[in-house]
Amino acid sequence: MLDIKELYAELAEDNKAILKGVSLAIKPGEVHAVMGPNGAGKSTLGYVLAGREDYTVTTGNVTMDGQDLLEMDADARARAGLFLAFQYPVELPGVNVASFLRTCLNAKRAENGEEPMNAAVFLKLARAEMATLGMSDNFLQRFVNVGFSGGEKKRLEMLQMALLAPKYAILDETDSGLDIDALRIVAEGVNRVREKGTTGFLIITHYQRLLDYIKPDFVHVFADGKIVKSGGMEIAEALEKEGYSGVVAA
Amino acid sequence: MRFGLFYGKDLITLHALWLFDFYLCGNDFFMPAEQETLDQIDALGGYKYGFETTIESDVAPAGLNADVVRMISAKKEEPEWLLDWRLKALERFEAMTMPTWQKPGITPIDLQKISYFSAPKSMKDGPKSLDEVDPELLRTYEKLGIPLHEREILAGVVGASERKIAVDAVFDSVSVATTFREELARAGVIFCPISEAVKNHPELVKKYLGSVVPVTDNYFSALNSAVFTDGSFVYIPEGVRCPMELSTYFRINERNTGQFERTLIIAEKGSYVSYLEGCTAPMRDENQLHAAVVELVAHEDAEIKYSTVQNWYPGDKDGKGGIFNFVTKRGLCAGARSKISWTQVETGSAITWKYPSCILKGDDSVGEFYSVALTRAKQMADTGTKMIHLGKRTKSVIISKGISAERGDNMYRGLVKIQPEAKGSRNYTQCDSLLIGDQCGAHTIPYIQVKNASSTVEHEATTSKISDDQLFYCAQRGLEEQDAVAMIVNGFAKEVLQHLPMEFAVEAQKLLGISLEGSVG
Repeated sequence: MLDIKELYAELAEDNKAILKGVSLAIKPGEVHAVMGPNGAGKSTLGYVLAGREDYTVTTGNVTMDGQDLLEMDADARARAGLFLAFQYPVELPGVNVASFLRTCLNAKRAENGEEPMNAAVFLKLARAEMATLGMSDNFLQRFVNVGFSGGEKKRLEMLQMALLAPKYAILDETDSGLDIDALRIVAEGVNRVREKGTTGFLIITHYQRLLDYIKPDFVHVFADGKIVKSGGMEIAEALEKEGYSGVVAA
Repeated sequence: MRFGLFYGKDLITLHALWLFDFYLCGNDFFMPAEQETLDQIDALGGYKYGFETTIESDVAPAGLNADVVRMISAKKEEPEWLLDWRLKALERFEAMTMPTWQKPGITPIDLQKISYFSAPKSMKDGPKSLDEVDPELLRTYEKLGIPLHEREILAGVVGASERKIAVDAVFDSVSVATTFREELARAGVIFCPISEAVKNHPELVKKYLGSVVPVTDNYFSALNSAVFTDGSFVYIPEGVRCPMELSTYFRINERNTGQFERTLIIAEKGSYVSYLEGCTAPMRDENQLHAAVVELVAHEDAEIKYSTVQNWYPGDKDGKGGIFNFVTKRGLCAGARSKISWTQVETGSAITWKYPSCILKGDDSVGEFYSVALTRAKQMADTGTKMIHLGKRTKSVIISKGISAERGDNMYRGLVKIQPEAKGSRNYTQCDSLLIGDQCGAHTIPYIQVKNASSTVEHEATTSKISDDQLFYCAQRGLEEQDAVAMIVNGFAKEVLQHLPMEFAVEAQKLLGISLEGSVG
């Protein structure tokens, strides 16, 4: 279980409080959607969980399957099974996708005491996943995210998620900048991982659109640094009709 | 690395699986050996090759004068003409002064305190074969990963390299062993220490020595001409494609000595050779001078590929000690359609100051310069190239990648000169700098002189930093910071590394990773 308890965090730079008492528990196989207006601190929640150093946790705690997450460095959290799909995936000029993916995969395998995966086995695995994501083979030789369209970037995030098979995956506004076809492919990517029942999802989104394709088990409304309302799909539908101000006020 | 699919499919078929693995996943090549490397670094205080060989040496008394030059010449049993040549060079040198236009501040070098000749005693009469080489010397090279036993290389005992590489090993002032000479001789290729070439092929040495880098070209070339000791000589006859890679491995061992090697490579009409050099030295508190001269001559339709992986001792983190690497390298594309290609990976030395250059005299000749220079701690590099276009439709390519970390300072300085008669010539220059941290420096000084209207010159330059966003992205995928940095740096340097011979490219990748360990954070 990814168990977040009364989490408070501020921006390290200017001590501005952003998370103001977030509590949320995610079990493997569950899909939680966090919706909220811009500037509410949704993305910060993803960053803080992933271990970005720009934020300081002031109080609260987070455990992942019993491990104290906040004690771990970002890379150790990742190897322990936490995955963050970025809203704005970062370019790595000169580093090709194949090399990057295999390096990441082998870092995780090393942590679990497994042998590095050889190139041929890796390639077979990667190609199979790419086919389901509608990605052509030439992706492997391209530099990570360099010159990628918005849709291509998000597909690469989904490919990484599929290959790394995390215990908990946070999707930070993965739907932003996607056309409807790309959105569907991304959603299918999530649903395939979801079907295995071993990954817990935290889907951060501004719009209900994505939730038409990924039906969440729980929907949380996020405002001013914390969750103000929780429930099922009906909340998302209400948000779509009444807007955030209506739902939050109610 | 993506040698394969991206840059030419023929490579894939040649080295199928091995290459495939390399192209696809080259960036994690440094990982399996990582712990071992870290242990070695811990043991040696950061520089892997810093050990010293205890061996009895003949060392000339310190000082520079005509008698010292005579002594060197006598030790090498040189003919009269060469002694005269040396003495004239000394005379000219004594009238010159140390240049001051370079960027690095150089602590004054007292040339009278340097010994200009050091040779292992066991080498006094020269080894007749590898069996006669002092085992302590062989062990030194073994430790450095340079196999000198042909038998073992052939049997595959030493090194995993599938291709044969002939090695000339230079220890302080003398060449201690040259491998595969017989096999090369069958192809008509001459590969031997230059001191031996003086004896056995005087007509060639006399014709070409100083023909590309004149004695008085600069302060250090004049010094080298007076006191040069050993180095490699390569001659590829007309129409011959050298059957294996040739390499020279330079090692400075003795304290307070300088290394002044001289390399001369001649490629006759229609021939091809790929030559590579590697360099290391023990850790010393004092600076040691390495002032080499390398001359290349490519005749009609000939091609010379010259690669360097320079890892001289860089000094400690406060800039104490380290090698002064002041080298003059120049190639003459003498004939039509000839080609000279320089590739260098410079990670060592306290100060690197050199400009491997091409004089494009033959019509349609081609010059290339691919460089990665990495500076950290208080290392400084002032390096680049000169492309002098004389022939018609001559082409040159310059790709320079500077990486600076900690307080390292990196300077690209290059000249592209297109003369009036070099009609229809082209140059493409790309200078990229990568900064790691906020105390390092990167500078680019391109000089461009074009004297006709039918030529084209392009210059591109970028400066970038490894950003926190990149490091966080990699960390979120499970990569430790030093591995992420090594991966990004190798990606940055890829365009250059791909020009190295395969075995060296893998080594160079590891070296870049190792050289940057602990420089971030």
